[in-house]
Formats: sequence, C-alpha cells, structure tokens
Amino acid sequence: MNQPVKHGRMRIFLHSEFFDHYKKSPTAIISSFILVTVILLAIFGPKITVQNPYDLGSLNLSEAFKPPAWMDGGDSRFLLGTDQNGRDILSAIIYGSRVSLFIGLVGVLLTSLVGITLGLLAGYFGGKFDTIIMRIADIQLAFPSMLIALFLMGLTGPSIRNILIALTLIGWVRYTRIVRGEVLSVREKEYVDAAKVIGFSNGSIILKQILPNVMTSIIVISTLRVGSFIMTEATLSFLGVGVPISTPSLGMLCSDGFKVLYSGLWWVSIFPGLYIVIIVFAINLLGDFLRDELNPKLK
Amino acid sequence: MEERNKVLEVKNLKTWFHTFKGVVKAVDDVSFELYEKEILGIVGESGGGKSITGFSIINMIDEPGIIETGEILFEGRNIVRLSEGEMNKIRGKKISMIFQDPMTSLNPVYTIGKQLEEILILHESLSKKERRNRCIELLKAVGISNAEKRLKNYPHEFSGGMRQRVVIAIALASNPKIIIADEPTTALDVTIQAQILRLMKKLVRENNCALILITHDLAVIAEMADRVNVMYCGKIVESGYTRDIIFHHLHPYTQGLIGSIPGTDTEKKRLTTIEGVVPNMFDLPKGCKFAPRCAYRQPVCFEEEPEIRDFGDNHRAACFFPVREGAV
Repeated sequence: MNQPVKHGRMRIFLHSEFFDHYKKSPTAIISSFILVTVILLAIFGPKITVQNPYDLGSLNLSEAFKPPAWMDGGDSRFLLGTDQNGRDILSAIIYGSRVSLFIGLVGVLLTSLVGITLGLLAGYFGGKFDTIIMRIADIQLAFPSMLIALFLMGLTGPSIRNILIALTLIGWVRYTRIVRGEVLSVREKEYVDAAKVIGFSNGSIILKQILPNVMTSIIVISTLRVGSFIMTEATLSFLGVGVPISTPSLGMLCSDGFKVLYSGLWWVSIFPGLYIVIIVFAINLLGDFLRDELNPKLK
Repeated sequence: MEERNKVLEVKNLKTWFHTFKGVVKAVDDVSFELYEKEILGIVGESGGGKSITGFSIINMIDEPGIIETGEILFEGRNIVRLSEGEMNKIRGKKISMIFQDPMTSLNPVYTIGKQLEEILILHESLSKKERRNRCIELLKAVGISNAEKRLKNYPHEFSGGMRQRVVIAIALASNPKIIIADEPTTALDVTIQAQILRLMKKLVRENNCALILITHDLAVIAEMADRVNVMYCGKIVESGYTRDIIFHHLHPYTQGLIGSIPGTDTEKKRLTTIEGVVPNMFDLPKGCKFAPRCAYRQPVCFEEEPEIRDFGDNHRAACFFPVREGAV
C-alpha cells in the first residue's frame, strides 16, 4: 500500500473509465485510427505523393485518363488513376484533404470562439443582451443554413477566407444555444455562488468556474461540427462557390470529376467523394462515442 | 459579561423582492449586532428570510431583489452601497460564506488544492510554496488526514462530510472576520453533523472570527450559538442569549419551534407542531404576522403589529402577550 502513487496526467488518463471504454469500443478505435491516418497523410502527404497536383509543370497530358492501377490500362504509379489533365487522383485527394481538413478545423475553431463567447455572455448575464442574441439565433435558424452560405459565398466570391467567414456565420448559432443552455444550469450551482462569495470577478467566474464545466458539450459539438463543416465546404465547392480553383479541396475534386463522369471516368469523381465519406463518417462515429462518454446526462 | 467589540451591525435592513406578482418583503426591518468571537444563530422556518439576511450582508442579492434601506456597518463603514469591486475585496477576505450543500459548492473540475489556492492567490500575497504550506495547514486544521495527498484529489473523491470540511477550510483560508454559514450541516448525516459543528465551533474560537449560523434546526442552535435571532416572515420576532431563548422564550413562535423538536427521552405520542403554514409572502396578514397560527392570539394581534420590546439582559421579543409568565 505504501508505494508512491504517481499523479501524472497520462497515468490518470490511462486508468480512467473513459480510456477503459475506449479500449472496449471497436468503433471508437477504428474511427480514431482512420482519423489519425487521414491527418498524418494530410501532414506528410506531400513527401510521399508522386506529384504535386497544383504544380502544372509536373502534370503530363500523355498520362491523362489513366484508370486505377488494378484495371486494364492502369499505371502502377497512379494507384487511383489520373484525370483529364494527367493529374494523379491519389495525390490530388491527399492535397485536397489538407484544404478540407484545414477548413473543417479552423472553421470549427472560429465558430466555437464566436459561439462560445456569445453563449457564455448571454447565459451568464441574461437580460437584454441574452434576448437580442437568442432572437437573432432564432431568426437565423429559420433559414436553411446552406442557403445562407450560398448567398454569402455568391456575394463575396470563392476564397478560403470567405468560406471560413460563411461557416462561422452559419455555425455560431448551435454553439451559442447549447452553451447558453448549459451556462443557465451551471450558474445556479453553489460553487458559482461560492466563487462570488470568495470575491471572484464576473470575468474569472465565467472563464474559470463556468467554462470548464461546459467544456464536455463543447468538445462533443466541435467534433461533430468538423465533419459537417467539411461536408458544407465540399457542397459549396461542388456548387462552384467554395474554394478557388487554384486550391482544390475534396469537394472541388468531386465537382471537377463530375464533368467527365458520363465519359466513363468514374474514378476522378468517386474517389474524392469516397474520401469525404470516410473522413466524415469516422468523425461522426468518434463524435457519437465522445457524446455517449462525456455527456453526464446520458449516463 | 465583558465588553466586546461589534464586528457587524445591521440596522433596519429591508431586502425586498419586486416580482410581477407583488413585493415580497423577504427581510423587513431587521436589526442586529454581531460581536467578536461570537456565534450568532439565525433560526426560523423556510421562507423566513434567514438566508436572504445572510446574502444581504455580503451584498449578493440577485434581481429582482434589492436592499431597500438599512445600514450594514462593517469595520466602521456602511457596506450596503459599496461597488462590486470594493465588495469583492471584502467577500472571501473579510467575510466568507459556507453553503448548504457541499456536493455542489465545490467546482467538480478542479482539485481541492487548486480551489483552496485560488482564494489565497486572490486575497493573500504568498509565494507558491507558502501557498502550498498554507493549504496543507488548512486541511489539517479541518481534520483531513493525509493532507499533502488529498490536495490532488477532486471533489468527487471526497465524502459529503469531508467536502464540507474542505468548504470550511476555504472559508477560513484568508482569516476572515466573519463567516456566514447557511445551513452548513443540513445536507449531512446526523452523525457527521455533530462533528462538523464542533469543528466549526473550535475553528471559530481559535481564529477569532465571528460566525453567523443560519439554520432551521434549533437543536443545532442550542449546541452552537451564543445568541439567537428567531426570524418569522422577514422579521426578527425574538432575540437573546441561547439559554434564554431555549428555556425562557417569550414569543409563541419560538415556543412552537422548540415544541416541535423530537425528543427521545420524553414519551410524547405525537410531536407538537405549529398549526397552519407560513403565510403567503405576497399577502401578509395585517397586524402580527404570526397571529393566524398563534395559540395565544387576541383580537388586538390582528389589528396592530407588535413592536420589538426589551425584556432585559439583551432579550427582546415582538409580542403583545409573551408566553413567559410575569414578563409583561
């Protein structure tokens, strides 16, 4: 009994109920494995791809229209085939996933910053500010978010910055509503009163006492949001109002391939689409696992 | 009795809540003093204004409540109208508070060491090492063994009684002049209650601070308090030294409260209760607020409200027909 107990964070984590459930959940393990692979590919992809699909100089038109490697006429260098410009689909997918993941992650970061801040303030202070923010949220929820995004992107033109702005403008509502709701219940807890009694200012009560207690919900929505933002971006790009042509994302690749789909070049469009499905599916599975594990209301 | 210094004086405090349905006079013209090293009990039924009195002192009344009039003199100045910033320097540092439910009064996401340290960071200028030592010292003072290790534990790793000890340690951290304890043992097992109460009494005495003990439990008061205020419908109906209140009470309400304490030694078939319920705070009766429930009521009780009168030796009561014989 007397052996010294280490209180390292890693050790606590490895012995937690959370980690135990994780080990026993095949979906969680598989989905996180897929996501780690996708992220590693996005980071180190440029070192292993056969060409830089953005670099027009490295494309060779004589290598266009190659089917995937396992089909007749396939080329072993181009595992998933090439498109009408001789661009390697696998390389394009890996480069495209960098754009998609960047938009998904940074989009969620910006959205959550705006949404959480508004939710915390509205929930904690209440009153007129709360009313105004929540009515704006209600109005916004009355519009289909894709419509708002299309409108904004049509107005501002395709660029990564604009798409991040559009995602933030359509995404903050969900954060604000959930965070506000949580804050309403957390602020009635006695430890919040206790913090006031100790002499904490409102600012540090919000940041130090309330925010950590709504963090679990935030983690869960954020995970699921990354998936849905990647989808939204892909849809916008597919419709031609997403990322600019010079930085193709997965959605853009689908859209490009769509033009030649009926000429029998199915691989140009299907593989990027499949990759989106795999990423979003893995994110959603992991998000569901986190929701079940972290949400005390479901326990 | 030696002459002692007043640490707190509440004069004609009125805390009213302006709700849509009308004005609730939660605390209505309450005056009392608190002396150094004293334990003052505030007792009464739910809704009697006990907690609101406590919260008024540290100016933590939420909308729609406001402190209408009155003075709260602490260290020679009136703290009723202080700004939030100035009040924050008093809260926790000079006046601290212990809440009812130790299960919810500690933040579940921080270790108790961190929560203890927070208040030291806020109100004391100590080095990291000094703070740690002070935390350990505080935990030891409230009877938590193995303090060094326990600092790293989260609240859920403590039992209710242990958590309340931690809460007490936090309240004591910056050597406050006054601790306000709002039903500190209501959520605990009876066996733990006695331990915690004795601990609080000991620490209050050792640290030279004064304690305002808010409770509905007269048995707790009898064990702990030096003086008692009995509150009913936002007013103090009787106040005096504990022994006077327990053995020579004047107000029929106090008599009712004492009569309804279950005893194991007496062979009563049924507990005495106070008939009726606390009146609707929106629609208080004219005259004495307790009259409709009082066993000794007379027609005059429904017409006029009795002033609080002094019956000697700091014993005061607001009743036309005090129950103690010869007291009139």
